[in-house]
Amino acid sequence: MASTRFPYAPAPESRAVVTLRPSYGLFVNGEFVEPSDGAMFETVDPSSEEVLAEVASAGPVDVDRAVTAASRAQQEVWGPMPGKERAKYLYRIARLVQERSRELAVLESLDNGKPIRESRDVDVPLVAAHFFYYAGWADKLSYAGLGPAPRPLGVAGQIVPWNFPLLMAAWKLAPALATGNTCVLKPAETTPLSALLLAEILQQAELPPGVVNVVTGAGATGAALVEHPRVDKIAFTGSTEVGKAIQRRLAGTTRRLTLELGGKAANIVFEDAAISQAVEGIVNGIFFNQGHVCCAGSRLLVQESVADTVVDALKSRLETLRLGDPLDKNTDIGAINSSRQLDKIRELAGSGDAEGATRWSPECVLPDRGYWFPPTVFTDVAPAHRIAREEIFGPVLSVLTFRTPDEAVAKANNTTYGLSAGVWTEKGSRILWMAQHLRAGVVWANTFNRFDPTSPFGGYRESGFGREGGRHGLEAYLDA
Amino acid sequence: MNADSQEQVVKPTTGSAAVRPPPDVPRRVEPSGPLPASVAAGADGAMAEVARSETTLRRFLAGLAGVDQVGAEARAAALATRSVKAGSKLWAIDTAISMVDLTTLEGADTPGKVAALCGKARRPDPSDTQVPAVAAVCVYPDLVATARRSLAGSTVAVASVATAFPSGRASLSVKIADVRDAVDAGADEVDMVIDRGAFLSGRYGVVLDEVRAVKQACGTAHLKVILETGELATYDNVRRASWLAMLGGADFVKTSTGKVSPASTLPVALVMLEAVRDFSRSGGQQVGVKVAGGIRSTKDAIRYLVLVSETAGDAWLDASMFRFGASSLLNDLLMQRSKQRSGAYAGSDDYSLE
Repeated sequence: MASTRFPYAPAPESRAVVTLRPSYGLFVNGEFVEPSDGAMFETVDPSSEEVLAEVASAGPVDVDRAVTAASRAQQEVWGPMPGKERAKYLYRIARLVQERSRELAVLESLDNGKPIRESRDVDVPLVAAHFFYYAGWADKLSYAGLGPAPRPLGVAGQIVPWNFPLLMAAWKLAPALATGNTCVLKPAETTPLSALLLAEILQQAELPPGVVNVVTGAGATGAALVEHPRVDKIAFTGSTEVGKAIQRRLAGTTRRLTLELGGKAANIVFEDAAISQAVEGIVNGIFFNQGHVCCAGSRLLVQESVADTVVDALKSRLETLRLGDPLDKNTDIGAINSSRQLDKIRELAGSGDAEGATRWSPECVLPDRGYWFPPTVFTDVAPAHRIAREEIFGPVLSVLTFRTPDEAVAKANNTTYGLSAGVWTEKGSRILWMAQHLRAGVVWANTFNRFDPTSPFGGYRESGFGREGGRHGLEAYLDA
Repeated sequence: MNADSQEQVVKPTTGSAAVRPPPDVPRRVEPSGPLPASVAAGADGAMAEVARSETTLRRFLAGLAGVDQVGAEARAAALATRSVKAGSKLWAIDTAISMVDLTTLEGADTPGKVAALCGKARRPDPSDTQVPAVAAVCVYPDLVATARRSLAGSTVAVASVATAFPSGRASLSVKIADVRDAVDAGADEVDMVIDRGAFLSGRYGVVLDEVRAVKQACGTAHLKVILETGELATYDNVRRASWLAMLGGADFVKTSTGKVSPASTLPVALVMLEAVRDFSRSGGQQVGVKVAGGIRSTKDAIRYLVLVSETAGDAWLDASMFRFGASSLLNDLLMQRSKQRSGAYAGSDDYSLE
């Protein structure tokens, strides 16, 4: 429960900075077009269930038009263009993202349900940073360690999830464009709007037609993109289940694939950790973006000798979390993105109760409308429980304990995933030892959920393969 | 400074009228020797056990969880983005006014200056009787009597810096005499400085001893212990010094003298608020926090209040538990207050300078 002596008055960010159109077409060959079969679907504000706009659902014919436009643009314009010229477009996009950052942040929070504090301070600044970073690479590809003259792959089909709609689009578009590929981007069906606003920004940047195309729609649209024979590369971020299906479809073809899938990351707190900051890191690890984070620290592994101290401190910290209107600048926890996701979280949390774990949530009033789930901590969790093994993708933390560093590593690695891990200790040598032994693409030391365009990101095992970000991120879009 | 040189400094001044070392001042002890248990004021049995010897004290302080600099600064920066508007802003402004220790600590201070400041402290805005008085007026010991007279009949307390403020570079007996002077002249609150030299050289027992001695010399006056965090440099040191002061019986821990840069910062206040919260949770008394130095705007003050609210909690959102040591802050609070109420900004000349 937040302070009763010093309650913050509502401080909503203005919605007026965003002009929502009642209906959005597809972005193909530089312009917004009607879908060929006319199908439309609605996208809602998950915090109020209010319909925000109607969006086109792209069928196979629409996808083919987009791929054709991308293919022509790649061969005629973008591929032959010198890297330093491509860089100018990317810099321009980055600057326009900064200029229109408020608009992008508000729209992202409206469509996704995430707090404006996060879209404003994390998502949108990182979007600009990714474009800036890869703009710098565009004319230096010969020096990326990928051979003297690495070549673009061609057309990249990019399917992004709903948890960081704009940021994931930027992670995919920026390196693909810098390396001379053209793109067909498929945003998630529950969060298509920020990608469409980005398309407007691309128009404003006078990016040549067809270099980036946006096809909105659900799974069928994504499948059409994956199956299109003239797509040279698929980059997918999303669920492990869909990732496996994509890999099966591409098996035996020459089309390249990178997958960034789920995770069940261990956040490991040793007894000598800076406890106050570790507690902040635990909160940031699992409650950032309502836990809708593939690399979320959903398993807290805490050394048994400090388990009570840490859990007590964590609980009292959670009492101060502010859940509510995503557009309120003081909101820490926003809405769950969709009713489907809410059902999944409820089902898995229910299994925690059924399997004997102890559920705790701070006193917290959920709004009447919209999709909401309170921050939740499960203690008495056994490693065999579903909540310790399956990705919940929601604000639900499972607390487990360990006794020794070896046991911490064994438990952390005892998962089918391997995307990220966190280590909290004041002992530098232990951090290095842990990082060597943890099977995770990213190991954070004394921090969590920190992202930077210069740092590669990606997983092991069922968390996928391929790296995004940094010099490594270029490789996914180059024929070395 | 060791116990021997301490004795040497004390001897020549003993018997002087200006310096009256109290008979019960505990003697400085050898490092690793036992600390006098009789002065374990303000701490319960467990705390007294911690302070039993230099060794136990050192072990205890080293055993406190460290502070991760990046994490602490990130947390303070995140809380600084809280948006405080409308009614909550008005409440925050009035609360901040009531928490101000209106301060003048200049070589050029005169009775006239102090009297003027006291007038401002009693009634910060003569045109609006709803404005609360500030918490205290803070002066050097020789001006306590002047402040006492000027504040007679008001709720405003008289605070005095003491213990060879701001450097603290004097013998214990001189420091104690300084405190006695202030208390005898009518100070309700004493702001002492810790011996940073002793702290940084690892002689924690010396620091603890001094705090205890000063606490005893304060009698019923409230003791604020200035850590001078700008000289302690690391957050680990800030946390340890906070615990040390609390073990010594501090009623408040205070960031800075205002004479050293950097003075108070949000991450330093965060670490100190965590310390007082943890001390209270582990069975110690509830200790207040005073931030001082460089806090000039309402925006800054509100950021500190947010930090108090979300770190230590509601129990600290009161002038008895949180203070701002400041001078120019008060007028900015008054200007923002009238802006919130009338919608228009007042000019700087609409408020008295002091």
